[in-house]
Amino acid sequence: MKITNTQELYNNHNLFKETKEKETKKIIVCAGTGCVAGGALDIYDEFERLLGEKNLDGKVDLVKEVEDISLKKSGCPGLCEAGPLVRIEPGDILYTMVKVEDCKDIIDETFGHDKPLERLLFNVDGEVYVSKHSIPFYINQSRIVLEDCGEIDPESIEEYIANGGYLALARVLDKMSPKDVCNEIVESKLRGRGGGGFSAGTKWSQVLSYESDMKYIICNGDEGDPGAFMDMCIMEGIPHSILEGMIIAAYATKAKEGYIYVRAEYPLAVKRLTKAIQQARQYGLLGKNILGTDLSFDIHINQGAGAFVCGEGSALIASIEGERGMPRVKAKRTVEEGLWKKPTVLNNVETFANVRYIIMNGAEWYRSHGTENSPGTKAFSVTGNVNNTGVVEVPMGTTLREMIFDTCGGIMDGKNFKAVQIGGPSGGCLTEEHLDMPLDFDSLTEVGAMIGSGGMVVMDQDTCIVEVARFFMNFTQNESCGKCVPCREGTKRMLEIMEKIVAGKANMRDLDLLEELAYTVTETSLCGLGKTAANPVLSTMKYFKNEYIEHIVDKKCHSKVCEALKTIIIIPELCKGCSKCARICPADAILGKVRETYTIDQDKCIKCGACIESCAFHAIEEV
Amino acid sequence: MLTSEMIETVDTIINEHDNNQSSIISILQGIQREYRYLPEEALNYVSDRMDISSSKIYGIATFYENFSLEPKGKHIIKICDGTACHIRKSQPILDALRKELSLSEDRITTDDLLITVEMVSCLGACSLAPVVNVDGVVYAKMTPSKTQALVRKIKEGQLSEDN
Repeated sequence: MKITNTQELYNNHNLFKETKEKETKKIIVCAGTGCVAGGALDIYDEFERLLGEKNLDGKVDLVKEVEDISLKKSGCPGLCEAGPLVRIEPGDILYTMVKVEDCKDIIDETFGHDKPLERLLFNVDGEVYVSKHSIPFYINQSRIVLEDCGEIDPESIEEYIANGGYLALARVLDKMSPKDVCNEIVESKLRGRGGGGFSAGTKWSQVLSYESDMKYIICNGDEGDPGAFMDMCIMEGIPHSILEGMIIAAYATKAKEGYIYVRAEYPLAVKRLTKAIQQARQYGLLGKNILGTDLSFDIHINQGAGAFVCGEGSALIASIEGERGMPRVKAKRTVEEGLWKKPTVLNNVETFANVRYIIMNGAEWYRSHGTENSPGTKAFSVTGNVNNTGVVEVPMGTTLREMIFDTCGGIMDGKNFKAVQIGGPSGGCLTEEHLDMPLDFDSLTEVGAMIGSGGMVVMDQDTCIVEVARFFMNFTQNESCGKCVPCREGTKRMLEIMEKIVAGKANMRDLDLLEELAYTVTETSLCGLGKTAANPVLSTMKYFKNEYIEHIVDKKCHSKVCEALKTIIIIPELCKGCSKCARICPADAILGKVRETYTIDQDKCIKCGACIESCAFHAIEEV
Repeated sequence: MLTSEMIETVDTIINEHDNNQSSIISILQGIQREYRYLPEEALNYVSDRMDISSSKIYGIATFYENFSLEPKGKHIIKICDGTACHIRKSQPILDALRKELSLSEDRITTDDLLITVEMVSCLGACSLAPVVNVDGVVYAKMTPSKTQALVRKIKEGQLSEDN
């Protein structure tokens, strides 16, 4: 059914909204990547079976009760740690860690006896939370972009429209000129959520200012930072909000074609976006003469093929053009010569998802959130050694402490906080001293980190920071495209030194060389990947230099992570001299006589740990 | 060897993309979906048919990590080594799996072409770290022994191919 004018869209909105309001009893199963991995689809099937069964089996009372329960799938509500998640309306009840066996009880208790099933409710230290929005994880967030994520069915355009979707587009078409739209976005001070933090409105205005027969809108969904998945969450949970943002951008800049570049590792996002595009076309929201106006715009999906560097703008464009995804030296900026040398708006997923809220509520409203120079909210994915991992959306300027300890429930197993790596392999690490620093684009750059796309990996006391730096170096080295020498060779040499350090084979001169290389790579690389590749090394060296020195001089890794630096010893007081360990040692490194204390020849020991397992008296340990 | 079936398959894929040179990456993805790798003869055929030099196709096929010029196993196990999985100990899972299947960093596919083991960076299920993806299905909070059990299931044919 094609909608041919904006009035019809408003009518549809009212109609869908009424229908939606009539559905009072709902079972909403999270069908994000995380919960699906936990078995959410089996849970959905079980509910479907149970509801079908109940309708048939003649229990009159209950049939009446369950007849009008609607069963839905949703995108990710963010609390992935506690998944699979099932939400119940009315009552905003959130059930966590649901299993297939629980489905029957959920229906019987919640709907049959009208009381929540306590054993599945979220609880911390004995305190039980019935409603989703009472859980500290949600109380401390301000979900604007992610408001509908986890609430609506991502595969239903009707639900999106019922919740006010595409009304921003209607407003733009009815009341605003392209220039007005650009100005509104400029005034909102919306900054690109992909990492750079460049003003989105400025990009749009510049693209509008160039005359060209063809202009493009590209959405960067190549979220390659390991540990970041909020863009995935948006693509899977509220795909239409990205399309709406892109269509508005097309109107504002007079672009005719759009591309969404999605990582190959996100098959579900591709599926949901593809479906959303089909639905939007059917409704006349994409294609020729959108909503009966002169605006014609269509969107294609490009799947990545596994290259981190394609998150870089010019490499991404090369990839869409069917080339090796290598960054290009840009004489002119993307806004002037982007895809196929035409003016191009290139924004990140989250940036586009912000647009509809700015249009509906105005730039001033938007600026009332967040900080002066970084307004709005930001979605972060918080992972690592933290209790409530998942996706959170907080106003810019929120502190790390609030995010990690209040929202995400603190460090796992009561351990101590050590550091947080923010911005993935391009970012840096922040320590205890930064916990109360407000997070925004500028404050992070000042301390040598960056917001990046918003990936945040929390590390506890048992994490070896040097090994983590090696891990990131290994990642960027692998992903270096090889075009420019500083990045190709520099990251390789840096990685070699990092490997020497964790193997206990480096000396202090290596550390100086590492630092020098780090600055050279930063200053001379062609693209963002190389320019930021040294950040993890530099920032960990800045805050944890003692750990580097410990690895180099003392040949020790106190977190006991670095294999080569472990020492295995026999505790003399506990050793009974049974000789079992000496017989089991594959390297003949254990010396001694029966009934006397055995010792380990450290030069011969290969640290396999076979002796530790073999000792019945727990007399052997790693130090 | 280039068979008529292969020509037909590759032609269908090329036609789906209107023989468009800039769609070469999607075309290669289509071929790989079909054969689980990029057979040399198929690439040469694409080169002829689409008038793209084989060196350029080779350049693209070797640039992107998802493309493989070697045949892959019937089942593909991807071990996530994104930051979150790394910190929650994904390496021991890889080590255990390689040991179980006598594989190494250079030898990633078993001789009987049953299983390929790959390390990948971030599958986006960081909350459930460490995760393992077998034939597109994500398994959460894995351990070396849970993964080994999974492999035994594959070997015994209990894990259906299409899930």
